Amino acid sequence: MKSAFELKTYKSAIVPTWCPGCGDFAVLSALQKTIHALQLEPWNVVIVSGIGCSSNLPHFLSTYGFHSIHGRSVPVATGIKLANPDLHVIITGGDGDGYGIGMGHFIHGMRRNLDVTYLVMNNQTYGLTTGQASPTSEKGMKTKSTPNVGVIESPIDPLSLAISSGATFVSRVFSGDVKHMAEVVQRGMEHKGFSLIDCLSPCVTYNKLNTYEWFRERVYDLAKEGHDPKDIRAAFAKAIEWPTVQRDRIPIGVFYRVDGAPTYEQLEPGLQRGPPVRQPLGLEDPESLMAEFL
Amino acid sequence: MPKLEFVLRVGGAAGDGVSSTSESFSKVCSRSGLHVWTYSSYQSVIRGGHVWTQVRAGVDPLLSHGEDPDILIALNQQTLDVHQGEVASGGAIIFDAENTKADPAKSRAGVRHLGIGLRRTAQEFSKNALMRNTVALGAAVALLELDFRHVESAFKDIWGDKKPEIVEQNIGAAKAGAGTVAQQGGSLGFGLRLSNEPRILMTGNHAICLGALAAGCKFLAQYPMTPASSILHWMAINGPGRGVVVKQVEDELAAVNMAIGAGFAGVRAMTATSGGGFSLMVEGLGQGGMTETPVVAILVQRAGPSTGLPTKTEQGDLNLALGAGQGDWPRAILAPRNPEECFTLTAQAFNLAEIYQTPIIVVSDLYLSEGYRTIDPLDFNVPIVRGMMAADGGPVSGFRRYRHTDSGVSPRAFPGMKGYQHIAATDEHMESGELISDVLAGVPEHIEERKRQMEKRMRKIEGLRKDTPPPELWGPSHADVTLITWGSTQGPAREAIRRVEAGEGITANVVESPTLFPVHGDETLDLLRGSKRTLAVEGNYTGQFARLLRAETGFQPDRFFGKYDGEPFTAREIAAKILEVVS
Repeated sequence: MKSAFELKTYKSAIVPTWCPGCGDFAVLSALQKTIHALQLEPWNVVIVSGIGCSSNLPHFLSTYGFHSIHGRSVPVATGIKLANPDLHVIITGGDGDGYGIGMGHFIHGMRRNLDVTYLVMNNQTYGLTTGQASPTSEKGMKTKSTPNVGVIESPIDPLSLAISSGATFVSRVFSGDVKHMAEVVQRGMEHKGFSLIDCLSPCVTYNKLNTYEWFRERVYDLAKEGHDPKDIRAAFAKAIEWPTVQRDRIPIGVFYRVDGAPTYEQLEPGLQRGPPVRQPLGLEDPESLMAEFL
Repeated sequence: MPKLEFVLRVGGAAGDGVSSTSESFSKVCSRSGLHVWTYSSYQSVIRGGHVWTQVRAGVDPLLSHGEDPDILIALNQQTLDVHQGEVASGGAIIFDAENTKADPAKSRAGVRHLGIGLRRTAQEFSKNALMRNTVALGAAVALLELDFRHVESAFKDIWGDKKPEIVEQNIGAAKAGAGTVAQQGGSLGFGLRLSNEPRILMTGNHAICLGALAAGCKFLAQYPMTPASSILHWMAINGPGRGVVVKQVEDELAAVNMAIGAGFAGVRAMTATSGGGFSLMVEGLGQGGMTETPVVAILVQRAGPSTGLPTKTEQGDLNLALGAGQGDWPRAILAPRNPEECFTLTAQAFNLAEIYQTPIIVVSDLYLSEGYRTIDPLDFNVPIVRGMMAADGGPVSGFRRYRHTDSGVSPRAFPGMKGYQHIAATDEHMESGELISDVLAGVPEHIEERKRQMEKRMRKIEGLRKDTPPPELWGPSHADVTLITWGSTQGPAREAIRRVEAGEGITANVVESPTLFPVHGDETLDLLRGSKRTLAVEGNYTGQFARLLRAETGFQPDRFFGKYDGEPFTAREIAAKILEVVS
């Protein structure tokens, strides 16, 4: 019989080091609630992160974790999941980590449709390095690295990228609405396939433009406007609404989902015998392998 | 007197079938019971260019790809122009008499010019002229009096049951080629003693794959790069059915990070690349060192710097492997000297990676990775040692993943093991895995803990030094000249030593290091004690190993012979250098 885990079981003894008011607290809370709601065994959960404020998250929960290097959380998580597909693998990190230095892996990770959940705490700035422009910083935003005329690049639009790259669950949530966030995170975790959850997670210290207030005035729930996440054209239209088309209304919720698409683990020939971590070591049939060399 | 060995060289443009000819011919030789050593010179093009392959075969074990060919198969005019003058006296040149021209004045005395209608003969068996190389192959087999049944079996292995008509066409074309030899003077009369007992024929990269599988490798992530790609190709065919995940991924950053993720999750994992890809892997490898995660990285060197000569050999990446990653972290760098050692050292690398919970680098090179060579039988009963595991009796509550120990190795736990949850972090951390870097760095007790964690990790080097193979002295214990080499230079250096002794009566020996790091300083100095004159021989410009040896031991070789023209060492040029040193 499965023992019931209490919510506090999932919390580690380490106190988060984030600034008071940081949006990442909401993501931590939503994730903890979700793992609790799903009653996952902490030892079968691995949280993989990169580098940045938000990448410290694994330390604050009681599961296994791998706090990797900047931008490489997705490949590390991929290796873990392929070595042992029975594990629940969650990836956390920031917009610089995932959409900047890790962009290549972000796209290829989604192409693979591995059964993992990726929470990107998107604060549109580089917090841990004290406030430079990020790949999602708005055009014109003045930062330490763009002091003159502000950012002159267009911001990355992670959601339309995700839809076109093969992610099968694409969503956005806001740290100002933890209840909604926890619901979406749970749906993402329950989804079989690559789930992207872009978390609008304000940086209270370095981003004075995209604040809680700024978001509160703009966000709206897609579900309440009758959006059908199974309609890929509608999903693209909603995905490009912000930041590509305009900046007055920001949709949150589930943009796109495909159910029943085969996961990478299901298709991978090397996994047909079961999880590699449980396979015997050594070669059973050296003679058959040597035949081609004689 | 019967000859003991011969060299066959086949040349043409890329796409002429040079490599398929040499592969079939190598198989014919190995099945005849001969020892075989091949070397291919090719360029980074798919069609065109000038490509040639050399197959040396002998009754006794071989040490290099040899030098002047006894038989030259010229599939185009350029091959004749470039190689005709190198054919040894008593040998033969096979060329197409109808569209290429051999100039007898350019050949050495006593070389037979065997002009055959290669294209015309090939077209008797198939509409296209592709099989002209097969006609030439048949002629070479007849010149050497090899058993024709090995030709038939080689073709059957290549095309198999799927395309029996192609097998028949090729056998016909080869027989026709052999027939022309009978009409034009018969065999060369080498009188080779053939046992017709098949020998194992493979490349260094094959041996690396087999060593990995024997050691229980369950995960390979790789990005294509010459000359490491054949590891990916062979594993993709042979791995998945044996429960091995084999992935071509988006770049080498992904490759090394996936392998480290897999290693953290508890499977034996590896990645393979050449210098360019390895350059991208260095941060990931440092991550393995810091998080104490096992992983095996295969570095098959080619000529650098940068893109360099993608299809040419070099031993120029020792410094890269040695310095990979910021800061100090423990590693071992192993350098196989031959295919047998590609097998054993790769298998050993997996044990070392898990015993010491750190990345282990195996450094090979193009010369070793791509050439087909006959080898001794492999022993697949390799020991598998997984190192210290938490389940072996560590405390379940308050598990300290990075516990201080005398060896520097702490009990390890995989995700899925109940009660051992921890965070593996690339930031500096305490015994528990909790970070020091964020809010504790600089606090006195944590200054001390940082120091202790660093020392704990670096203590592994002493264990690695004990568990890695020591240097070996080959040749007489006292000699006029002592060579210092590593990796694939073993063969040509040993052959040069035999040659100067037989030819000039000069004695030489060689100190070979299958472990490049940790440096076995004391053992190396023991072997070098009493040496008269020392000559470091390496396939690079700066003498990377000689410099490392000097840094670690203070020992300075008298002379350095570096090669960085992209070609492998020949016994001839090393022998000449030995003579220069004694004169």
